[in-house]
Amino acid sequence: MLNPFDAEAQFEGIGKLYPVLRILDEEGEIVDDTLYPDISDDELVELMKRMVWGRIYDTRVTNLNRQGVLGNYAPSGGQEASQLASQFALEPEDYLLPTYRDIPPLVMHGLPLHKAFLWYKGHVEGNLFPEGLNAMPPQVIIGAQIVQAAGLGLSFKLRKENRVVLTYIGDGGSSQGDFYEGLNMAGSFDAKAIFIVQNNGFGISTPREVQTRAGTLVQKAAAAGVFGIQVDGMDPLAVYSAVKFARKYATEGCGPVLIETLTYRYGPHTMSDDPARYRDDEELTAWEKKDQLIRMRKFLQKKGLWDDGIESQTEEQVRIEIKEALEKVRQTPGQTVDGFIDNMYSVKPELYKRQQESHAGRRHS
Amino acid sequence: MRQLTIVQALNEALAIKLEEDGDTLVFGEDIGKNGGVFRVTDGLQDKFGGDRVFDTPLAESGILGMAIGLAENKFRPVPELQFFGFVLEAMDSIAGQMSRYRYRTGGAKNLPITIRAPFGGGVHTPELHSDSFEGMVTQVPGIRVVVPSSPYDAKGLLISSIESDDPVLFLEHLKLYRSVKEEVPKEKYTVPLDKANIVRAGDGVTVVAYGQMVHEAVLAAEKSDASVEVIDLRTISPIDMDTIEKSVKKTGNVVVVQEAQRSSGVMGNLLGEIAEHCFMYLDSPPKRVTPPDTAFAFGAAENIWIPDSVKIEETIRETLEF
Ligand SMILES: Cc1ncc(C[n+]2csc(CCOP(=O)(O)OP(=O)(O)O)c2C)c(N)n1
Repeated sequence: MLNPFDAEAQFEGIGKLYPVLRILDEEGEIVDDTLYPDISDDELVELMKRMVWGRIYDTRVTNLNRQGVLGNYAPSGGQEASQLASQFALEPEDYLLPTYRDIPPLVMHGLPLHKAFLWYKGHVEGNLFPEGLNAMPPQVIIGAQIVQAAGLGLSFKLRKENRVVLTYIGDGGSSQGDFYEGLNMAGSFDAKAIFIVQNNGFGISTPREVQTRAGTLVQKAAAAGVFGIQVDGMDPLAVYSAVKFARKYATEGCGPVLIETLTYRYGPHTMSDDPARYRDDEELTAWEKKDQLIRMRKFLQKKGLWDDGIESQTEEQVRIEIKEALEKVRQTPGQTVDGFIDNMYSVKPELYKRQQESHAGRRHS
Repeated sequence: MRQLTIVQALNEALAIKLEEDGDTLVFGEDIGKNGGVFRVTDGLQDKFGGDRVFDTPLAESGILGMAIGLAENKFRPVPELQFFGFVLEAMDSIAGQMSRYRYRTGGAKNLPITIRAPFGGGVHTPELHSDSFEGMVTQVPGIRVVVPSSPYDAKGLLISSIESDDPVLFLEHLKLYRSVKEEVPKEKYTVPLDKANIVRAGDGVTVVAYGQMVHEAVLAAEKSDASVEVIDLRTISPIDMDTIEKSVKKTGNVVVVQEAQRSSGVMGNLLGEIAEHCFMYLDSPPKRVTPPDTAFAFGAAENIWIPDSVKIEETIRETLEF
């Protein structure tokens, strides 16, 4: 029996509720095969290819941003397992609500690469999704995606659809009012939703410890009556396994799931950020040693599924894709004020016609 | 004398108030160690300590709600919203709570809070960062909205705002942070609230603007053959109609400029006052230069959406040719 006045004991008890799920260790060894996911060799290779894709994408887009070719960019290097292994566990009919940092999983879900680039540049075409892509535009207002995911998750339940919505948020975002409201709503309605808190250690400069006194972020699920899982975010198999489980749990109507992935962002917050102001290189180096690509590479090499040849082939493939996407970006016509006005209402107000005349012909090159 | 940017001038104003008044508190997202994403609070935490200058969890409603609680116990909070585009998360604290607290307490209690926030556009921020939502707050009585357009004004207006016993929304234009430099005295001085500033005298046409548009208006005035008087509102709510009406009665022509969408903005209201009070003095219909009523332009196309000196000059010409 816990003593109701024993705060220490209570906190300690909470701490024990969320063991960190780890399947693949830093040496590429399976440490826990009881939770090893149902995943084929081909799928393992595909997952690794996607993570290599993610890493090259991050480096290339970072450079393109520095050269001024693309607009602002929120780097995703370090979060490949957290982002790409989670999306890999979804079905195409599932919905994705990404943040500004989750462009790689959005691309894997079906956003053409050149559209991603147009979004970085601040071009509306980036948000004009192809038919069949089940996703909302990248969310910039931190927390908004959480309440919206609760709504989508409820819609799947009401329509008796066998699919889920997966949304991401950062450790910083878990402080936002919308985060609590969304989680609570989702719980209250048994929404078919998966929330992934990618705990990469920092908001912009603000460390995770400043965000909350709570020992973990996953434990916030408990207050909403939501099931929670804490995962080694550098372990693609653990992330995949957790999301697979969560998908089944949520689609079966058991309720939403919150997953906290423990990960790290290697790069700056965005390209206008200078991490040297708030974190040291040692911390970065320590995290790089736990890197997801390293452990997955070792694991697959031991299984005879991966070698340098496949890796460089994959890298080359990414470079070609990026080159082609940049060409499409170059060919995309500039935006017009006329177009902005047309897109505001489905029935254009009379007043707008006058405004349209006074802005006629204004096109961005 | 030293030339400062607006970022530096604001930093100095904050340091002066933190030094002078132990009740002044500066807080917000990433404003401590990082010095704010625009570095306005750079070095302040080192100098004044983490109890006076601190990072908060990421939650705008929490930041402004806490400011109210702190002010209730006689602190003088200077919270920052990282971008004004995120004000929507905190609108209840602004429009529902702090602005009507004095009114609700029968004039007995004040909330001396100064909310700082970068606003406007033109610097290609990511989607939903640039916004000119000031019109939403200027509709709210009980909170002043102050917008500096120069480093000198920035420092003096921020000090006045912090010293004011009423809440102030202090909007700092993104594009002006580092693009203008001018002489700024090192010592403390104030620039009065509720007073517009004639930045360029003339007698042919009055052009009224605030924020970055003041600079576009001055550029237009310089290019124009006409004698143009440019007025910077400085406080956009409440508006100093006195200064404007005197000018309009003198010139007989008026062009107003805003970076916010056309409808329901500061300038529509201002023209209403002019119509009522200066009608008999007008030689031409007043004109407004604004973007259209769409959401703020996507980053790549901001420059075709935000008014510029060319459009302003054109409008001045049309007005005088009437
Ligand atoms: C409502 C809102 N407030 C503030 C911001 C500014 N901002 C953008 S990213 C960020 C930090 C987010 O940190 P976290 O949630 O941990 O996600 P990460 O960027 O690390 O993926 C902040 C403060 C925003 N975009 N939206």
